[in-house]
Amino acid sequence: MRYRYVRRKVVLFVITLWAALTLNFLLPRLMPGSPVDAALGKLAAAGVTITNAERTAIEMQLGVPHGSLITQYWQYLTGIAHFNFGVSYSFPNETVAQAIGSAAPWTLVLVGSTTIFAFIIGTLLGVYAGWRRGKAADSVITVGATFFAGFPPFWLGLLALYWLSFKLGWFPIKGGYSPGVTPSLSLSFLADAFDHSILPALALAITSLSGWVFGMRNNMINTLGEDYVTFAEANGLRTRTVALLYAARNALLPNVTAFGLSLGAVVGGAVLVEGVFGYPGLGNLLYIAVSNHDYPLMQALFLVITVSMLVAIFIVDLLYVRLDPRVGQ
Amino acid sequence: MTIVTAAPPPESPGAGVEVRGGPASEAIPTSLLFLGRALRTLWSNRKARVGLCIIGFDILIAICAPLIAPHSPTATTFTPYSGPTATNWLGTTGNGQDVFSQMIYGSRITLMVGLAAGALATLVAVTMGLVAGYRPGPVDEVLSFITNLALVIPGLPLMIILAAYLQGRSIWTIVLVVAFTSWATGARVIRSQATTLRSREYVTAAVFSGERLFRIVFREILPNMTSLVAASFFGAATAAILAEASLEFLGLGNPSTVSWGTILYFAQQQNALLTGQWVLVFAPGLAIALLAVSFTLVNFGVDALSNPRLREKS
Repeated sequence: MRYRYVRRKVVLFVITLWAALTLNFLLPRLMPGSPVDAALGKLAAAGVTITNAERTAIEMQLGVPHGSLITQYWQYLTGIAHFNFGVSYSFPNETVAQAIGSAAPWTLVLVGSTTIFAFIIGTLLGVYAGWRRGKAADSVITVGATFFAGFPPFWLGLLALYWLSFKLGWFPIKGGYSPGVTPSLSLSFLADAFDHSILPALALAITSLSGWVFGMRNNMINTLGEDYVTFAEANGLRTRTVALLYAARNALLPNVTAFGLSLGAVVGGAVLVEGVFGYPGLGNLLYIAVSNHDYPLMQALFLVITVSMLVAIFIVDLLYVRLDPRVGQ
Repeated sequence: MTIVTAAPPPESPGAGVEVRGGPASEAIPTSLLFLGRALRTLWSNRKARVGLCIIGFDILIAICAPLIAPHSPTATTFTPYSGPTATNWLGTTGNGQDVFSQMIYGSRITLMVGLAAGALATLVAVTMGLVAGYRPGPVDEVLSFITNLALVIPGLPLMIILAAYLQGRSIWTIVLVVAFTSWATGARVIRSQATTLRSREYVTAAVFSGERLFRIVFREILPNMTSLVAASFFGAATAAILAEASLEFLGLGNPSTVSWGTILYFAQQQNALLTGQWVLVFAPGLAIALLAVSFTLVNFGVDALSNPRLREKS
């Protein structure tokens, strides 16, 4: 039954969500040392002697939790339910939730459009490579995809920034929009933002193409060997019709399940690419948080990124039932 | 790209159940023979051959680094921020270090992190996958859940958080962090293969002849998925090299070691691109990319190892 599949997915989603939340809670508590020790260490290195009162003051400032692990856990969970992630010390005038809230749309658009772009282009290339298996086009596509997959996205971004923006001046150098412009939904602002997003999006898309290419190529090779494809060929249909309408359609299914998981890789790449371009998204925020040893912000960002991933995968799982009725049975 | 095939390679001990139980010394030539044959199959694949050559070249450079490098990688005796010259082929850093020598020595760290993290991740993947695949029921449920959890949690953000919390970092911190976050894909593939192998006759025969669980899993089942293990090793090593570069670029590595990642980090810190020293960014990144690509290329050959249909006719 389809309901059973959906129910299973919902239960799995809830358990995974709980496990991710708990992991995020336990990580800093399992780690040796603490943010307070790190801060005290820095002060000590600067030659400052610290009294007990000062230590308490720093603990208060960093929001170091007190009480038993159970009470801390409860406070943590209620805090999340109220979007209360504490105070960031990179952005003293904002709460962590506000900083994340203003950065999230940028990453959502960047990562979303990049993934969709890479999915379409990569899948098409994969279909072609699988159809023309063993021919020159297949070699060019597979070797090319292998090479681009080995490039660190942030490195590609740095080089593009240097040559295309800095030397040639084709693209803007930094940020998500021109300085002095206030973000709005006007056409001119959107065009400006689009201009700024081209290079980071390309750096991410090129390096994430290969997964789609290889996935699709392998699926194509498998489906092209199926009986219904041979039957279609025997019926005298044109090879292109057979490849696209018979084989590719069915080869696409396994690639759709990979869609949710691939978001994770793109988000990971986006952390450094956004940092390199100073793009005002979540990745750049994480970049700033890491450079400033801003643990509350880091923690909250990890949570937000993980939860969004889980939600994305959950949605893909649910949509998949509609695409392939067999999974519901 | 990993392909799961149910067909055991002809060398599998399952082909000759009666041979088992012989002294361990007899097994060594067989496994050496197997390794030799595997390498020959790898070598016959054009892509894998290119990959093996690049890896071999990198290993050679890493071993002979003191002989090749013209200068000490840490000596700050040159003019800072200099472009490529006759003495400093790739220019110098802002601290006056020779970048070419740093590139030569840097291969050591990158190779070591890649291989060590790949091996460690594979070890975890094999253990998790084999146990989950061989023990259906609650054990499998729990291990599979952990594997799936590790699979959906975005790797790089988790690595960043872990590395940021771990104080007093060495390269082994990076190895541990990378291994901890990149075993899941391999574990899943190995688990599904172990599930199909569990019900084979030769495994049942081993169970009935009273063999211990450890021996069944590692001597009967494991040899039949050598190519999967190899694929997960090369996959994890690729991921490890890229992850190491990312972490070090973020300043989460040990800045006092010389590696391709730290060259990138210092290039960015000293605004190498603004001063026109693009070589400082280009060279280490290219080296990282080439090594990562070569591991992937070898994996093409590994796939052909397990799936004769993918072998090239050449």
